[in-house]
Amino acid sequence: MKEIVILSGKGGSGKTSLATSFAALGKEKILLADYDVDAADMHILLEAKHYKEEKFYSGFEAVINQEKCIQCGNCKILCQFDAIEEKDNRFYINPIDCEGCGYCEMVCPEKAIKMKDAEVGNFYVSNTRFKNVLFHAKLNIGADNSGKLVSYVKKQAKKYAEEEKIDYLLSDGPPGVGCPAISSVTGANYVVIVTETSLSGFSDMKRLHELVNNFKIPCGCIINKADLNLKVKEEILEYLEKNDISLLGEIPYNKSFPESIRQLKTVNEYDKNMAVLIKNIWEKIYKTNL
Amino acid sequence: MKIAIASGKGGTGKTTVACNFSKFLQQRFHDNSFKGVALIDLDVEEPNSSIFIAPKAERIEKIFKKIPEWKEENCTFCNKCVASCRFNALAMLPSLIMRFPELCHSCFVCEAVCPHQAIKMMPYEIGKISTSSEDNFLFIESKLNIGEVAAPALIKQSKDYVEKEVPSNYWKIFDCPPGTSCSMIEAVKSADMVLLVTESTPFGLNDLQLAVKTLRLLKLPFAVIINKYDSSYPELDKYLEKENIPVFGRIPIRQEIAIAYSAGNLINEVYPEINKIWENSYSRIKEMRNERDCNTIR
Repeated sequence: MKEIVILSGKGGSGKTSLATSFAALGKEKILLADYDVDAADMHILLEAKHYKEEKFYSGFEAVINQEKCIQCGNCKILCQFDAIEEKDNRFYINPIDCEGCGYCEMVCPEKAIKMKDAEVGNFYVSNTRFKNVLFHAKLNIGADNSGKLVSYVKKQAKKYAEEEKIDYLLSDGPPGVGCPAISSVTGANYVVIVTETSLSGFSDMKRLHELVNNFKIPCGCIINKADLNLKVKEEILEYLEKNDISLLGEIPYNKSFPESIRQLKTVNEYDKNMAVLIKNIWEKIYKTNL
Repeated sequence: MKIAIASGKGGTGKTTVACNFSKFLQQRFHDNSFKGVALIDLDVEEPNSSIFIAPKAERIEKIFKKIPEWKEENCTFCNKCVASCRFNALAMLPSLIMRFPELCHSCFVCEAVCPHQAIKMMPYEIGKISTSSEDNFLFIESKLNIGEVAAPALIKQSKDYVEKEVPSNYWKIFDCPPGTSCSMIEAVKSADMVLLVTESTPFGLNDLQLAVKTLRLLKLPFAVIINKYDSSYPELDKYLEKENIPVFGRIPIRQEIAIAYSAGNLINEVYPEINKIWENSYSRIKEMRNERDCNTIR
């Protein structure tokens, strides 16, 4: 089993539009995962219907027993995250700010604070309208541990792929290069970098590549909006060559991306010309990872 | 006035709004209510505002988080530090307390539990803040080191830096990270109001709804700007109306805007009509502020 992760650094460069188009091509032969756990969108286009749902717990959260609390305020003084609020001479934990370190529990003289398991989000397994199985999740608002939730989705998806003997796991990654992006790259076999010919797109791509390079994972690049800025495109091509990144394909600037989403279709369902381009790109990715 | 530009979905145009609106405001510095503008890029994983503002960084500061340093000579291998760490950032080996800086949340518990002063919290670099200035305009960029996960800690410190360094009579515009997780929350939570940038698609709507839920939980006032607007997505319009969310403007999808953006140019110059949206946003924000001030007095 091989895992191919689609990332971009910059948001809105077309990751999900391409991932859903590949899903439409691969059908049941590829398993899908969505690692953009705080703003997941893949399930919308794929009309994913979940047949399994689980709560995901990770880390801890402090709770104050008001009956035992003597309002000494030790917890508030020592909390490094300003997660304890005082109101009308009572102390409260703000669950959004609490990171679950347990310092307050430790210093409370009345043992009025207990740590409980923190519910981080929901985990789903779904069937899509293209007969793929999709592993995805929804992070609770303000929850920490998005990286841990990504790792959990990944672990479950890989296990399923091994059991069902599915050769490819195709994962749609989050934007950025931080915690969830790092979890997405960890353990992947190949990274598809989607960029665009803008200075922002190029800058974000370089930071992402630096991260991927730390993991020594091979990668290929799709240049989206390729005709928008030819000067930036030249710079991207130069960068790809210098860093031994294969060019998987170029997609011209076009309005089919937003329009297809509005019609709840994948780009290759909506636009026949795009379909040819995307199919070629998918075959290249596929062949690279045989 | 502190205005956070956020979105839920990535790539909707936060940076475009932050940079162009800041530059619009710079022209208004003679307004009695403020004396200058500060643009602060808090999208620390992928900061891009500098591409459009093209500043010369005058000052670069390293930003640190505190992680435990182990003093072998004091350690009795009692294991208390390892046992008390809820983030698995410490491990005991036969002759070593091993530390995993990227897992450390800087909670100081290990230092507090160590009976022999063998653990001391010491600075560890997570990113950099660079500052530049021109007439009535300050630009501050915060950038996370590659491979580092402590984005919220960096954002928090960047905001402290802004409090210290930026005059209080400046309007402050914060370009925030996408999503609704800890980084986004840290970036928006001390703002006076949030401008959410969305696009007219089901993805834009889905992620906008998540962002709205987050801001309501934080009890922050907000308004929406719809970017890359070509045609209406009725579900989005219905949602905005039903939830009574103010829309400050719709920026059309236009090739000249995309081209200007791609080359790092401001939209205000190539598409001057956009200034009407900033004008409207500016007066609506002032209205919101006046209402808020009235409510506070009451």
